Amino acid sequence: MKKLAILGTGCAKCVQLAHNAEEAAKAAGVAYELEKVTDINQILSYGVMTTPALVIDGKVASMGKVLPVDDIKKMLS
Amino acid sequence: MSDFSPPGTTAEERVAAAGRMNPVTALRGIFAAIEWKAFAAILAIFLAAFYLPVGTPRFDNAVMESLHLVKWYAREHVVLCLVPAFFIAGAIGAFVSQASVMKYLGPRAPKPLAYGVASLSGTVLAVCSCTILPLFAGIYRMGAGLGPAATFLYSGPAINVLAIILTARILGVELGVARSVGAVVFSIFVGLLMHLIYWREEQRKVEAALAMPEPPETRPLYQVIVYFAAMVAILVFANWGKPDSTTGLWHAIYSAKWLLTAAAAAVFAVTLVLWYGARLGKVVAGAALTIAAAVAYPHEPMVPFLAGTLGLAFVTMEPDGDLAEWGRLTWGYAKQIIPLLLGGVLVAGLLLGRPGHEGLIPNAWVEGAVGGNSLVANFFASIAGAFMYFATLTEVPIMQGLMGSGMGKGPALALLLAGPALSLPSMLVLRSIMGTRKTIVFVSLVVVLSTVCGLIFGNT
Repeated sequence: MKKLAILGTGCAKCVQLAHNAEEAAKAAGVAYELEKVTDINQILSYGVMTTPALVIDGKVASMGKVLPVDDIKKMLS
Repeated sequence: MSDFSPPGTTAEERVAAAGRMNPVTALRGIFAAIEWKAFAAILAIFLAAFYLPVGTPRFDNAVMESLHLVKWYAREHVVLCLVPAFFIAGAIGAFVSQASVMKYLGPRAPKPLAYGVASLSGTVLAVCSCTILPLFAGIYRMGAGLGPAATFLYSGPAINVLAIILTARILGVELGVARSVGAVVFSIFVGLLMHLIYWREEQRKVEAALAMPEPPETRPLYQVIVYFAAMVAILVFANWGKPDSTTGLWHAIYSAKWLLTAAAAAVFAVTLVLWYGARLGKVVAGAALTIAAAVAYPHEPMVPFLAGTLGLAFVTMEPDGDLAEWGRLTWGYAKQIIPLLLGGVLVAGLLLGRPGHEGLIPNAWVEGAVGGNSLVANFFASIAGAFMYFATLTEVPIMQGLMGSGMGKGPALALLLAGPALSLPSMLVLRSIMGTRKTIVFVSLVVVLSTVCGLIFGNT
């Protein structure tokens, strides 16, 4: 089961990334758990400065951009 | 018989609750069942409609002003200025290496360099105001420290590409330049002062390693420069203003502005094909469309310009790669910012009217509060700006309205410097990052420096 976390303070880009991540997980047929981290101190604890960021199984997969669904799908498979 | 119990309860819970019934739980039960939020909303809308002051001259005029202003923006600024600005902002996001900038803001960067980079990096790092706060937190806790972080926080919102372009276009080049230069110079002051005030304090550095963004494949610098120069040239020449005199360099450029725009566009198209991997077929199609539009509508330059823009959008529609990323970022900015700007224009028009006209707020009030260049006017503008929330770019139509209603140019700059950087909600977030005391100090510094800047500018 993949643990996905979206790091962001809640603006439209973070919402879009969360949506894309869910779409990608469903398309890849992968069981997933999605968490949205909005507290800045928690975001910092991942070592991330540019949001939105995608974290897969505890590792930062991307920072500062809204990845398209296909890119996330490749990372999950 | 209708059931007044809260939704989601089991039968046992309801029975138990009935046994514990008292006036408070009864009321709570009723509130939960009758959708009181929906009711309150409908009541509010009804009361607003019932008491709508339609028919009073001031209100009717204000509504018309609001609509006039929206039309003016749509006609004068959207195609020639806002759309190219979105493409430029998108290009910065897609083609300028954020990583190479961020390494100067890391914990081991030499401090003078960190301040300089922090004051300028807003152009490259943050167009969206929502990315500024996490970046600030990161630079403060994991990077170069409180000083450069404060510098970045003050200058970032003022020197993002869209803000500069739109300020210069609508509020005038003088104010656009003053805003940018003022923000950069005084941001360094703010950062240094914060650093000095708190230099004895030890900062808690977060234990995580700073996750640097991946360095991209390096593109030769001259390619990036020519590409951006061509885009900026298109923007600048297409928007070249008509001068008062009919002689001189300014006027010569004005007479030839569309030829110059076309020349810049041609250079731009070539860079796209040669260096940026654009498909020749698509670029040729876009160029053909633009030329055809120019021939068909020789006296309406907006038409071929729009055709060129559509051609460019077509070029970025690739399945993958840098061009696609550029297109996505550009479209993302457009989707995010156009509704906000539209809202800002409508509100500014309603409250303040077009320059030279009045909205709901009489010009006399504006002049009384922020006219001229007194210390009070600058200070008032600065404080109001610090607490008011300005969505990205909405400060421009609001400023335009205020200046048209009698605000002096000094207080205007004060508001422009304090406004976008701060707002009550952002102050609360800052408080959670650096604590109440530092936040108060930062806000006070911003207000004081913006007031000073305004005073100086108002006297030039």
